[in-house]
Amino acid sequence: MSFEDIKLLLSEKFGPEVIIGEETGGLQPALLIEPLRIAEVCLELRNNPKTYFDFLSSITGVDYGIEAMRFGVVYHLASIPYQTQLTLKVSVENNRDLDNLPSFPSITSVYRTADWHEREAYDLVGIFFDGHPDLRRILLPDDWDGFPLRKDYKTAEYYKGIKIDF
Amino acid sequence: MSSEMNDSGGVVITKMNDLLNWARLSSLWPLSFGIACCAIEFMGAFASTYDLDRYGVFPRPSARQADVLIIAGTVTFKMAERIKRLYEQMPEPKYVISMGSCSNCGGPYWQHGYHVVKGVDRVIPVDVYVQGCPPRPESLIGAILELQKKIEGERLVG
Ligand code: SF4
Repeated sequence: MSFEDIKLLLSEKFGPEVIIGEETGGLQPALLIEPLRIAEVCLELRNNPKTYFDFLSSITGVDYGIEAMRFGVVYHLASIPYQTQLTLKVSVENNRDLDNLPSFPSITSVYRTADWHEREAYDLVGIFFDGHPDLRRILLPDDWDGFPLRKDYKTAEYYKGIKIDF
Repeated sequence: MSSEMNDSGGVVITKMNDLLNWARLSSLWPLSFGIACCAIEFMGAFASTYDLDRYGVFPRPSARQADVLIIAGTVTFKMAERIKRLYEQMPEPKYVISMGSCSNCGGPYWQHGYHVVKGVDRVIPVDVYVQGCPPRPESLIGAILELQKKIEGERLVG
């Protein structure tokens, strides 16, 4: 199925408002999806025999910068039988307050692989996934402060009495 | 020693100090423990080409049986705690070789590595440093010879 066909399929199934926009400038076209409906969209793309995106290649957390006040998540889906790929993007505005993490629905119920990917995005960028079965840090120690890949992250001076800077 | 001497029970006279040092430096058992890319060279040093076994260096799977801890790779803060515990579990006398730039001083992560300890010597004492990214197996063998020299000079008292 081509990019246009997938767009058509999604807007017929969920209504046109589910697709907020598209990015066709890059090497791979991407669909911008309404954040709250990402899990349903993925489920449909996986189950529909015409698309059959049975494999989640990766999930990436994105911090769009301090001025933009926006966080996003990028999903790379792949269909092994059809040998096709699709990029989905979601994003929300957020005030960068550590008590108010940007939140998206978890897609762990659709792809089991999403479990660790979402934990990584949470660990490093500080994105919350609603409905994730076990959203803990995955790479950094459990008692780490802050999310290091955020643009406004400041390296602490010490971690458990060990100086961090050179 | 000729077989004749063996039969009649030969006698070797040495100093207690030298005997202990000789025993220690001839059987430096490291912990089989590698953290990052340097561990590949560390493993290479044990394989047939370099064969560290020739020096009595023979990796042990337990910290309780190890004499030397070779830190081969990037020490993250998460790993630093584990390294400290492994070091504490080793029986005395114990030695540490820091292998590679990462474990010497943070290596390629010295500036933006929020997660990397800038030198394992901030966590445990180090006896010999090996430079390189990664050091070749020859360098590691060099470090072991250096450590042997250090042990040779140790004294039981004073
Ligand atoms: S010193 Fe170089 S080769 Fe060794 S662990 Fe660090 S990056 Fe890897």
